[in-house]
Amino acid sequence: MQFGIFSVGDVTTDPTTDTTPSEAQRIRSMTRYALKAEEVGLDVFATGEHHNPPFVPSSPTTHLAYLAAQTNRLTFSTATTLITTNDPVKIAEDYSFLQHLSGGRIDLTMGRGNTGPVYPWFGQDIRNGIPLAIENYHLLRRLWREPVVNWSGKFRTPLNNFTLAPAPLDGVPPFVWQGSIRSTEIAEQAAYYGDGFFHNNIFWNIEHTAAMVGLYRRRFEHYGHGTADQAIVGLGGQFFAADTEAEAKRIFRPYFDDAPVYGHGPSLEDFSRATPLTVGTTEQIIERYLGYADDVGDFQRLMFIVDHAGLPESIVLEQIEILGREIVPVLRAEFERRRPAHVPSDPPTHASLVAEGPDSPHRKVINAVVPEAQDEAAGSGASRTSR
Amino acid sequence: MSRRLVVVTAGLSNPSTTSLVGERLADAVSTQVAGRGENVDVEYIELRELAVGLAHALTTGGLPDPALDEVKRRISSADGMIAVTPVFNASYSGLFKTFFDVLDQDALVGMPVLIAATAGTPRHSLVLDYALRPLFAYMRATVLPTGVFAATEDFGSADGADLEQRINRAAAEMATALVSTRTGVEGLLQEHLDQDGASGRSRDGVGLQPPVNDFAALLHGHDGS
Repeated sequence: MQFGIFSVGDVTTDPTTDTTPSEAQRIRSMTRYALKAEEVGLDVFATGEHHNPPFVPSSPTTHLAYLAAQTNRLTFSTATTLITTNDPVKIAEDYSFLQHLSGGRIDLTMGRGNTGPVYPWFGQDIRNGIPLAIENYHLLRRLWREPVVNWSGKFRTPLNNFTLAPAPLDGVPPFVWQGSIRSTEIAEQAAYYGDGFFHNNIFWNIEHTAAMVGLYRRRFEHYGHGTADQAIVGLGGQFFAADTEAEAKRIFRPYFDDAPVYGHGPSLEDFSRATPLTVGTTEQIIERYLGYADDVGDFQRLMFIVDHAGLPESIVLEQIEILGREIVPVLRAEFERRRPAHVPSDPPTHASLVAEGPDSPHRKVINAVVPEAQDEAAGSGASRTSR
Repeated sequence: MSRRLVVVTAGLSNPSTTSLVGERLADAVSTQVAGRGENVDVEYIELRELAVGLAHALTTGGLPDPALDEVKRRISSADGMIAVTPVFNASYSGLFKTFFDVLDQDALVGMPVLIAATAGTPRHSLVLDYALRPLFAYMRATVLPTGVFAATEDFGSADGADLEQRINRAAAEMATALVSTRTGVEGLLQEHLDQDGASGRSRDGVGLQPPVNDFAALLHGHDGS
């Protein structure tokens, strides 16, 4: 199982000192958090992508390349890559290049992200959010899998005899997660292609998370990628740890109360009951997150947000240290203990996908097995394309 | 078959004039439904009890609230609704509007709704027609023709008899709507589907959106060929 941290890269005033980091300071801090993640034995660092203040990460591949150059082991991902407003050709090029630079340590999480005003800055319209996510991602798959692409879609200029450079490292496209909180279309999309499904549940109750993951798992099996419990699931998390619950709450509460997203709303206690937020001892945090496997099944990646709401760099580094040294080793052992042998521990990696060989379903643009009943209805029993 | 009627009231206190009007309307509906040989179960929803949860729903981008979710399910599965608000500064109260703001846009589709309002003066009586009726029309509810407006002077004066008459007329309309049933031969009666594929049924918006069962249909026209 993989554990990591993700940042949305918000520049937020520390409510306890009324100081605001500069964008330069915020970018440097994010870099330190990623390096700390590798140092303390975490597996993944993911950066958000935003194109409006108060967020800094507008150029994820620039940052991830810089981080890859200073690390050896860490996997890098995104939280999320905007499949709606980025040109799929540029995503294909940037992440292909990054995969070469990093030696195969890149995967991506696709999201629609964004608010209405952001779309037109990139020539798009939020009302096309789902069709953009569907069309752009299909083009991305083709760009990474077909040596010569001819394309005519609804949202970008046609491509004639386009060849991606550089081609994906070892001919293997990066593994992709589809991120969605509420859109059942995206869970369906992840299931169709056999991609991972990342439910960023940090503001959601476990019942909703379990329902979305359950839907993805059933459809993953329906499309012939394996059994439902073998589907590749990632979840989000949020914690603040100290020696006692009282101490953790004392330090974190002022940040919580003033946080841009949930501040001035529910109490810390109510929010903690309703969402994965756990503020307390490492034992409490471990117990809470172990329980999630009972609700959504054994999953493959758990990503914590640790650096939002104006928390200062020193506190964030300390929390990453506690996560890596005290929380994750126990979670790793316990999740491993409960996992059945036929369920993968980790999501696919570049190495594992290379090992699957050239005929791997991952290397096909469409790899869903159309179930028998639908075959007959469509009168095309020969449309099975892979395992 | 017993019908379910929900009474949503936005009174400030308990008891309140607004709840009282809601109860009188519900009692009248029960009597009228009984007169048609059917039963109705009445459930009361006092919005003041949900006020804090409603405020959080507005400020947290939809963080689920179990109490609110339960009320959403009860409303959308009901056969009819009576909605009563006090009039504040020339319109429905903010609490009343907030509640209908957090419901799914399709929460009341096709549902018979009896609108009612209370105020200190009869000069507000058109609030039913310029504020409440458009709100429920937008939500594609079936707003009954008679709305009931009760001003302070309707209670304990000779005009009280007029109020009683209005209540009975509105209750008769609701009772007729409640006992009428969908008719049509299975398979022949096409359910109307709108552009989004939504049927003419109310949807509580709790839990998952309807799942998509055919990705190929989503991908159609978007695969670049």
